[in-house]
Amino acid sequence: MTNHHHKNKKTVFNYPQIPKTPTGINGLDEITEGGIPTGRPTLICGGAGCGKTLMSLEFIVRGITQFNEPGVFMAFEEKTAELAMNVTSLGFDLVKLQEEKKLKLDYVHIDRSEIEETGEYDLEGLFIRLGFAIDSIGAKRVVLDTIESLFSGLTNQGILRAELRRLFTWLKEKGVTAIITGERGEGNTFTRQGLEEYVSDCVILLDHRVINQISTRRLRVLKYRGSLHGTNEYPFLIDEDGISVLPVTSLKLEKEVSTDRISSGIPALDKMLDKKGFFKGGSVLVSGTAGTGKTSIAACFANETCKQQKRCLYFAFEESPKQIIRNMKSISVDLQQHVDDELLMFHASRPTLYGLEQHLVAMYKIIQSFKPDVVILDPITNLVTIGSVSEVKAMLIRLIDFLQEEQITVMFTALTLNSVVSEQTDEGVSSLVDTWLLVRDIEFNGERNRGMYIMKSRGMKHSNQVREFIITDKGIDLVDVYLGPDGVLIGSAREAQKLQEKTGEVLRTNALSMKDREIDRKRKVLQAKIASLQSEFESAEEELNRISIEEELVKKITENNRSALTKLRRGDVHNENNNGI
Amino acid sequence: MIEQHRVTEENNLVSEDIYRLRLFVTGATPNSSRAISNLKDICETYLKGRYELEIIDVYQQPLIVENEQIIALPVLIKKFPFPERRLIGDMSDLNKVLKGLSIAANT
Repeated sequence: MTNHHHKNKKTVFNYPQIPKTPTGINGLDEITEGGIPTGRPTLICGGAGCGKTLMSLEFIVRGITQFNEPGVFMAFEEKTAELAMNVTSLGFDLVKLQEEKKLKLDYVHIDRSEIEETGEYDLEGLFIRLGFAIDSIGAKRVVLDTIESLFSGLTNQGILRAELRRLFTWLKEKGVTAIITGERGEGNTFTRQGLEEYVSDCVILLDHRVINQISTRRLRVLKYRGSLHGTNEYPFLIDEDGISVLPVTSLKLEKEVSTDRISSGIPALDKMLDKKGFFKGGSVLVSGTAGTGKTSIAACFANETCKQQKRCLYFAFEESPKQIIRNMKSISVDLQQHVDDELLMFHASRPTLYGLEQHLVAMYKIIQSFKPDVVILDPITNLVTIGSVSEVKAMLIRLIDFLQEEQITVMFTALTLNSVVSEQTDEGVSSLVDTWLLVRDIEFNGERNRGMYIMKSRGMKHSNQVREFIITDKGIDLVDVYLGPDGVLIGSAREAQKLQEKTGEVLRTNALSMKDREIDRKRKVLQAKIASLQSEFESAEEELNRISIEEELVKKITENNRSALTKLRRGDVHNENNNGI
Repeated sequence: MIEQHRVTEENNLVSEDIYRLRLFVTGATPNSSRAISNLKDICETYLKGRYELEIIDVYQQPLIVENEQIIALPVLIKKFPFPERRLIGDMSDLNKVLKGLSIAANT
């Protein structure tokens, strides 16, 4: 039997562990690290209406349907027909299971007014009934709900207590895994009759609290002899699939991280984020004051995700899906086609529908069944209406943890109430997220514009610039803001500045060409001047040349004349010269 | 081990006045043995001739335990006259047995 159970377990233990029987209840087996102790009784206690009966019945039904272990359900409070009817809505067909001889329901009726106690007795009848029921279907699981009713029907406490002790010993001998339910008692006792005294192996406490008019169910494993177990209070949910317990705080910070990127759907925003977009499996917070386009950013992201043939789950806490689809059409984001393609799923619920934990469990369940790549929560600030800021934060930590484990990218939108952004950290979530985009109103020059910047983005280069965020009927775009001599300009001021610049340019070009022509003219004048000087110089030079030539000629002629004269005077110049040497 | 004591005797009784009793016991356990002998004494003393007693060992017929809604044993079920009553225990408390059977102690 033990091996059989181990086979069914999700987790494989390497060290010796007491044998456990998985309950099949969503999440409970994770908390108890495998289930409740095999072959021993477990006590489930809690106040009225906290889900004891349902949890124990689900244990039996899941045992039959998932683990092929027949079960006996002995009811002391509800008649079998009522019981069967109550759980039909959960898809448990008790009548069919009984016909298949896998389930045995036995209603024990005790009415004090009909009973007279005339002396010594015992509860052998109960043993015979239970023994017969177990043997007739080969039951491995037994539920006694709520055995304490015996105390209201019978008065002899001494006998009852002795018989209960005998019953639990007997159940152990039978080797059945049993659940005993008990009503929560006054004061410090877990059950009215102190059943925990007899059932000491495993005690699970259920609780049903109403805080701010919203009810939350919680579960706690009070003790589990010989086994590790989560000791926190875990929220649980009863819905059409039965009970789901969320083992939220058992998560560790050991998740895988991805370096893959995922586009935000706004090219300009991707560009700001190292030209690639968000990290896959990361978390993104978009916060801003009212009407700054947070939902539009989220819708763009959803649109882009679906275009990549990935799945997106959109939790809307403010608007209905139809409203979002209609509104986003106005900025050419057609979400309806993705809904039709079943790539996009909306899940709209009013935050006040149920408690925070219940929301978390509900989200957890939807995420597990839809298996999205991207989850959007719009807006998380609405959740504060049902819980305190710290509770919301705790819940979101759990959600982010869970999503990161599943490598799902998540985008939150948050409404900031005051414009002093650094003071309000959006429910303290900003410290948890990987990327924080801030959209804010910039009121300037008689108009309101949107500015966007990245407050942080872990592990990637990102722009530190404020971008103007424009929503047009073509979609969302980010524009570089104008940095002028008077500071940052946006909106029509930016446009005006641009125009002004354009005018200036034209004027300047004009001025420039005038100056050019002026210079040209001046150059021409100068050139003319140079030419005239040149010719003046030439004529002067010519004059100079003429004089020197004339002088040369005169000199030559004079010499000729002188030698001719010398010849005439018979003097021999050459001779004179030779004599001289 | 079914014993039937059907006594229809001298005082011509209408059948409605006959007590129909069923005693469920668990074999020969002390409680059961005491219950049988105590009950027989009481019946003979107070209901002589107008009772019908069936003694059933539940070990022999485990199914009957569920059908009769039996938890505590031994148990005497007064099927008639109405209202149906259950007397659990070894029938040692005479007053309670008589009260349960709606018999006045001095009749």
